[in-house]
Amino acid sequence: MSHWLAMGAYGWFVWPSYGIFALVVGVNWYTARKAHREALSRARRRIERETT
Amino acid sequence: MFKLNRMFHKLLSPESYYRFAGRLVPWLGWSCAILMIAGLIGGLWYSPPDYQQGESVRIIYVHVPAAWLSLFGYMFMAGAALVGLVWHVKVAESLSMAAAPVGASFTFLALVTGSLWGKPMWGTFWVWDARLTSELVLLFLYLGVIALYNAVPDVRKASRAAGILALVGAVNVPIVHYSVEWWYTLHQGPTVTKLDAPSIDIRMLIPLLLMALASTLFFLAVVFTRARADLVRRERDKRWVRELVTADGGRQ
Amino acid sequence: MIRRTALHACAALLRRDLRLAIRRRSELANPLLFFAVVITLFPLGVGPDPARLSGIAAGTLWVTALLAVLLSLDSVFRADFDDGTLEQWLISPHPLPLLVLTRVLAHWLTTGLPLVLLAPLLGVFLKLDPHASLTLFWSLLLGTPVLSLVGAIAVALIVGLRRGGMLLALLVLPLYVPVLIFGAGAVDAAASGLQPTGQLLLLGALLVLSVTLAPLAGAAALKIATE
Repeated sequence: MSHWLAMGAYGWFVWPSYGIFALVVGVNWYTARKAHREALSRARRRIERETT
Repeated sequence: MFKLNRMFHKLLSPESYYRFAGRLVPWLGWSCAILMIAGLIGGLWYSPPDYQQGESVRIIYVHVPAAWLSLFGYMFMAGAALVGLVWHVKVAESLSMAAAPVGASFTFLALVTGSLWGKPMWGTFWVWDARLTSELVLLFLYLGVIALYNAVPDVRKASRAAGILALVGAVNVPIVHYSVEWWYTLHQGPTVTKLDAPSIDIRMLIPLLLMALASTLFFLAVVFTRARADLVRRERDKRWVRELVTADGGRQ
Repeated sequence: MIRRTALHACAALLRRDLRLAIRRRSELANPLLFFAVVITLFPLGVGPDPARLSGIAAGTLWVTALLAVLLSLDSVFRADFDDGTLEQWLISPHPLPLLVLTRVLAHWLTTGLPLVLLAPLLGVFLKLDPHASLTLFWSLLLGTPVLSLVGAIAVALIVGLRRGGMLLALLVLPLYVPVLIFGAGAVDAAASGLQPTGQLLLLGALLVLSVTLAPLAGAAALKIATE
């Protein structure tokens, strides 16, 4: 198990690689959802402003 | 013929795209997740280490998909831009601009993972080898498109201008790739820096393909979502957006 | 008598541009001065050792020439955009790509060509191998028009924006990479005693490609920027 974690002495290269991969995937996913949410809420607020 | 044209345009209208993508994205997301978990397990656990590169070869399971996406993303962006420019399809414009930051982030990822893979192999974090250099130029091409899109105030003009730049860049990508390879072999001499996957063991090929497929699905899911958001923004005065936002309290 | 063919329109445009350029002679000198001054900076920066200088000569000359062209690009369409002439181009009966090509030709004649002629002289400053001087001339002769053509596309894209400067560099430099690689590569090959034919032919190919496609892209960009 510890050999797996250390990746045979390459751990400092392998795990950060996967970590940055996870980061890029996560940030892309999060910002896409956020953009969608915000677009909808902004549109809603515009309409509310017009009808009140 | 005219009717067919109109039907086609209706199909590609922002509203129908919005609904269609809304139903498609969850499928893309879940299948991506499943494939990615399978690929990661395969890559990190079941696949064998390379006899030369040891465990560091496992980086290919993220590096190769990232590099693949950087190119696929650019072609997607350029292709959508072409459709948007030639046939004036708004949805294509949104898709094209949505693809830019996603593709750029994966290009960046390819560079970083390439560096991290290179350090144990060649001793330095950066080597001006053909592939890394091409990727770097590709990143700059992406950033140029993004910068231009953000610089022009009117959103339609911006996406069309950035679309032209993307197309010019697309013509340039194979030229850059070829020229950099030529440049690299000329200057490097006999030492070969092999960043290729070692001759393919099936136990390595399968996780690699799984990761590549999962990444592609991820790319599409993210780009489709961003495009949906962009279209809501652009079409905010249109009736379909009003209905969408007021009808069920704004949930998709 | 009004002449109506496109070729006459282009000839008139070329004549006008060249006449304007000659009237502003001091501006013609700017890219050349930039070229010369920056080349002078390099020995000051890396030391006078002839071996090192001749090692970097090919690339330095090429990069500096490239940057000189880049800096001169901003004026390609700006004046006409500001006074409305560009809109006249759009509604004129003549093909816009041809007008763009003519404008780029004028730009190259007044910017790129002088650089090409000056470069071998500056090569002496950087201890460029004399055998490579002719290759430097040919590579720049083939390459600078490509730089002008591709640069014109980028300028056309941002002609409406207020501050182009750095953005233009970001847009255009990645597109310049192949030209630089083959251009500097040709000169380096010649300096090592090899034949630069391959690189020069590739530069020629890039030139043909850009002459045919760049005006189309530039015209499309102008239409978007001015509508």
